[in-house]
Amino acid sequence: MPTVAPLDLNGHCVAARWIAGIPHFALADGTVHRLDDGHKAVEAHDGLLAAAPAGDGKMLLTAGEDGRVCAVTPEGDLRELASIGRKWVTALAGGPQGAVAFASGRTAYVRFADGRLRDFAHPRSVEGVAFAPKGMRIGVARYNGATLHFPAADGTPVDLTWDGAHTGITFSPDGNFVVTTMQENALHGWKLADGKHMRMSGYPAKVKSWSWAAKGRWLATSGAPAAIVWPFSGKDGPMGKAPVELGTRADTMVTAVACHPTDEFVAIGFSDGMVLAGRIADQKEVLLRRPGKGAITALDWDGEGRRVAFGSEAGDCGVIDVAG
Amino acid sequence: MSDTQTQLPVTVLTGYLGSGKTTLLNRILTENHGKRYAVIVNEFGEIGIDNELIVESDEEIYEMNNGCVCCTVRGDLIRVVEGLMRRPGRFDAIVVETTGLADPVPVAQTFFMDDDVRAKTRLDAVVALVDAKHLPLRLKDSREAEDQIAFADVVVVNKTDLVDEDELAAVEATIRAINPSARIHRATRAGLPLSEVLDRGAFDLTRALDNDPHFLDHGHPDHACGPDCDHDHGDHAGHDHHHHHDASPIHDVSVRSISLRGGALDPKKFFPWIEKTTQIDGPNILRLKGIIALAGDDERYVVQGVHMIVEGDHQRAWRDDEKRESRLVFIGRDLDAERLKRTFEACQA
Repeated sequence: MPTVAPLDLNGHCVAARWIAGIPHFALADGTVHRLDDGHKAVEAHDGLLAAAPAGDGKMLLTAGEDGRVCAVTPEGDLRELASIGRKWVTALAGGPQGAVAFASGRTAYVRFADGRLRDFAHPRSVEGVAFAPKGMRIGVARYNGATLHFPAADGTPVDLTWDGAHTGITFSPDGNFVVTTMQENALHGWKLADGKHMRMSGYPAKVKSWSWAAKGRWLATSGAPAAIVWPFSGKDGPMGKAPVELGTRADTMVTAVACHPTDEFVAIGFSDGMVLAGRIADQKEVLLRRPGKGAITALDWDGEGRRVAFGSEAGDCGVIDVAG
Repeated sequence: MSDTQTQLPVTVLTGYLGSGKTTLLNRILTENHGKRYAVIVNEFGEIGIDNELIVESDEEIYEMNNGCVCCTVRGDLIRVVEGLMRRPGRFDAIVVETTGLADPVPVAQTFFMDDDVRAKTRLDAVVALVDAKHLPLRLKDSREAEDQIAFADVVVVNKTDLVDEDELAAVEATIRAINPSARIHRATRAGLPLSEVLDRGAFDLTRALDNDPHFLDHGHPDHACGPDCDHDHGDHAGHDHHHHHDASPIHDVSVRSISLRGGALDPKKFFPWIEKTTQIDGPNILRLKGIIALAGDDERYVVQGVHMIVEGDHQRAWRDDEKRESRLVFIGRDLDAERLKRTFEACQA
């Protein structure tokens, strides 16, 4: 039986992440809470908008309404990585060799480990940033498509075009595909080898959470009353294939998903605070947590795939030990 | 549940550079009115106040990928509102300032078309500030100035100290010609009571009509303001509205309003008609508002729309002393008044 160790916080949880084996909970008010021999907290921002693990997984990166990008070290200390003024920093990603990508307004930035900052101006707002799995390459989600940059070199950026507003971006773990979330209730994807388009639609709500399964064979997504899991094992990704639906509930939306680090399981969080685990192969499911005070906004498996950290919009967070 | 909240009201402030938006914003941020406002601006620039609730945002108009050219939203607002609403309790309402040249429609549509924004906020009113001295010039050289007035619920004629009474009357007549249903306020240095621009409930179907029971009568010659008439607070009490029918003294106005009036309507005809009309004429309709008497229905039905978006709901029972009639106002460009009138009349029960 799974057991839940609750951590009741006050405020919207933006991200729950295991960093060096320690669960971290980043709240919208700017505090980052950790369960490291007891409950500890550090104030990172006045208003936190995004949090993501560093490329090596050893620090939690944070971005705020105060125009700053910070890192919470394994010791729980706060280090400021960049400060770009008063504008909100709305997107953030950790990359190879200590690089950090972030976005504010119409500019994407890459900060290298030595502190050097490079900016990439775009004609329209930068809505999302992600690092490619290999090499120093970033993808930017923007209006009418995505742009790929090589921040360490002076190459020409690659434009991927598809009409509409693209609000988030991710690379498949093998680097073969780029997928974006859209303002419409849909995902769009490109196969990088030939630029072929992939349209993944039919969601009743916007997709706000996604997670690649082990070896990148599947992409699990929120935005429907079930986790929608697209197959990416074929050479053309999910084209012409139906997605798997996991943890289907009649009237409750999936708001967060996280794939198990080694096995093809998905932790699925719902708008009423329930958390399930579903197996992709046979769609069997297990209850991990009963409904709580608010929609699940964050889920993350630990490195061993034994525990799930979760956070909600109401602040009722915690850690689920799946084996009990 | 700490995150359960009612929808927070959002006021949209439009107006050309120099119309007094910044002055009004400064008053909203500093006056002791017992409420806290989060303010979304295009540039921190002129606002000389350091306040964590001022958010700078690039106006980002996104066309929805559904083939409809008038389905536009402000992408940046979706992001900022979502961020703000993660920390409820810090403020009571939101004010969105647009740039001088901004089209007010995408801002308004954001609050109807984006499910997440709509779940947490509601559009309260669109307020247009105009500079009494320079409005005639603005209307000559820009379509946006006209759109802002046409779309507004409240028009503040600012800097009235820079014009004489005749000029002011002409400016007001022009505003009325563009938008007969907006309330007009005169002000100098944006010095009007904030209650006239904030928390108006102009998009709340029920409240909009309760506040302004004659809002659809403005263009009607029978209507003269009585003491209970809450619309149109200028310094000029005792006016009448006959000037609505005067030709605008400024000949650069392309927006017009069309008022329709009839008896009880057949719901089986009216609903398909309003749907078809907004589908066909949607791109040309800036706003529509109406009170509809449906045959066999004891409640007033109210409708409002922005471009192709149209909403309606029952409001309240008809009072015994009320004439059961249907009234509808379209504000827009290139609308075929004759066709609208004819097809509307065909909906009569």
